[in-house]
Amino acid sequence: MAEAPKPPAASRAGMKKELPERFRDYKDVWVFIEVERGRVHPVSWELMGEGRKLADKLGCQLAAVVIGPKAETTKRAIKQTYHYGADVCYIVEHAALTDYRNEPYTQVLTNLVDTHKPEILLLGATPLGRDLAGSVATTLQTGLTADATELAIDDDMCLGATRPTFGGTLLCTIYSLNHRPQMATVRPRVMAMPTPDPSLSGRMVWDSFKMKEADIITKVLEFVSDNTSKDANLAYADIVVAGGMGLRNEGNLRLVRNLAQVLGGEWGCSRPVVQKGWATADRQIGQTGNTIRPRLYIAAGISGAIQHRVGVEGADLIVAINTDPNARIFDFAHLGVVADALTLLPALTEAFARRLGARALAS
Amino acid sequence: MDEPIIEALEPPKPEPKGLNIVVCIKQVPDSAQIRVHPVTNTIMRQGVPTIINPYDLFALEEALRLRDQYDGQVTVLSMGPPMAEDALRRALGLGADRAVLITDRRFAGSDTLATSFALATALGKIAEERPIDIVFTGKQTIDGDTAQVGPGIARRMGLNQLTYVSAIDSLDLGQKAIVVRRRSEGGVQVLRSRLPCLITMLEDTNTIRRGSIQDLLRAARAPVAIWSAEDAGVADPMKCGLRGSPTVVKRVFAPSPRAEKAEMVTIEGKAPAQIGDALIDLLFARDPKLEAVMTAPRP
Repeated sequence: MAEAPKPPAASRAGMKKELPERFRDYKDVWVFIEVERGRVHPVSWELMGEGRKLADKLGCQLAAVVIGPKAETTKRAIKQTYHYGADVCYIVEHAALTDYRNEPYTQVLTNLVDTHKPEILLLGATPLGRDLAGSVATTLQTGLTADATELAIDDDMCLGATRPTFGGTLLCTIYSLNHRPQMATVRPRVMAMPTPDPSLSGRMVWDSFKMKEADIITKVLEFVSDNTSKDANLAYADIVVAGGMGLRNEGNLRLVRNLAQVLGGEWGCSRPVVQKGWATADRQIGQTGNTIRPRLYIAAGISGAIQHRVGVEGADLIVAINTDPNARIFDFAHLGVVADALTLLPALTEAFARRLGARALAS
Repeated sequence: MDEPIIEALEPPKPEPKGLNIVVCIKQVPDSAQIRVHPVTNTIMRQGVPTIINPYDLFALEEALRLRDQYDGQVTVLSMGPPMAEDALRRALGLGADRAVLITDRRFAGSDTLATSFALATALGKIAEERPIDIVFTGKQTIDGDTAQVGPGIARRMGLNQLTYVSAIDSLDLGQKAIVVRRRSEGGVQVLRSRLPCLITMLEDTNTIRRGSIQDLLRAARAPVAIWSAEDAGVADPMKCGLRGSPTVVKRVFAPSPRAEKAEMVTIEGKAPAQIGDALIDLLFARDPKLEAVMTAPRP
């Protein structure tokens, strides 16, 4: 989370002190389950999959935290936490928790941590998760790593959270050595979605809500749904085609869109393309944009900076098209073509249209 | 007709009017220009130009608009090395009224917890003159990308926390009431809250103004207040910098190439159409089910 990452503080890291007495009994891995308007954000399940691995490595329990109104949707979310591997679920239900608000949610989560003492607390790096994690970590005066791309337990049984740094040019691994809980947020799609097992169940622990609605200053007047299902759902698309600066101008993004359309996929772009104003930020792929895990990812004219790499590495099959045979994208692509995207994209689009069209006719 | 008499009197010192706003900004390297040394894997910082974190400009513009509408004062505050004064001066040129830089070796190595401590302390100092109504920050910075300092400041100062704000619908200074639109998953929350509050502004919600000639001239000469940790009111240096940071960066590294190198499609002597076909053959050989995904019925 280092805001401006420090140089590796070898001396300080080396002289790792004993964990202060007050943190000795902190154990278990917790995942905050993000339920908004009855829907569980998929990132919560992705984190449960990762949390399960960490808990197994530590030999402790995996707990889910569900905060919300006393409602059928909350009950359903609680049940699902076990399917995704929770040994125990901590629950706080109250009408004041129907919509997410920073103040009551911070209070509830902080209280739960103080009472039950987890050693690791994970949240999704969503607008909700980031809003909440920053408040909770500050209240608890503990370390928080934003947008981790990898979580691992080291030999000292501490959590190492890896994330891109220096504008996405390098990676760094961050520890919260002498503080508990060790907190991290993870972006949607960075971790794989685990397969739920509906036969599993676990323990429930209820805690009471200690505030009154009258004491909560911020009120939700209204929720205006986006209602734009045609909006990009890049993060969860099966097939993604993206373009970078190799496209040379804004108009050529059309070549990317055309191929995506023929393949029934979504389209996106690299960060510089957004910075140039050629596309909106919701189309950006990479650490600070969308992380994707498609079945097929085609990157055209993208050099493959680390911040881009961490956003696409979860793809099953990565195809890179770039004129520069030494482009970094070929370090992590599965298939590569050294060619100009401007000529290859139209040819590829046409070839696909021919094949897929023929198949559509045959069937 | 007693008007002239009043005019003749010594005018009373005007009560501060309107909003007292502070915008926290950060000077960041222009990330598009950062290069990594190919051999040593270290950052080549030399000659990388610095800019005001682009997300902060949306916060600054929103603050300036509120000031223009409701009167008051916009202070820009930054923590950083002495050279961060440039960023503050640029903010003055865009129309901010005054600037404060907190700079001290003791701040070096701050993570987000230590950063929010230092900024909140300085904000407390600024508030001693006159209570702050709104603290603005950008959504996140482009170098750290954490989005944690804003919430950290809000928590430490007990401000109502309003993150990812796309618009301020209304503001009632008398009632200290504010209504904002906050970006959330799948929609927008319309929130009514109270001053004092902390707002992190979403990107693309406004366009930063061009500074007026007067502002630019003033910025060149205007003083930027330079505060040490002590000037800012930091009583406990253990909460600053590396010592005040619970997180430790143990390792900085470049990812290794995938063990298995990319299979390159041969292009020699082939027309683009042939390359396309060859690529498709390889794709379908690697994932035979892809074709079915591509031809699946679309909604």
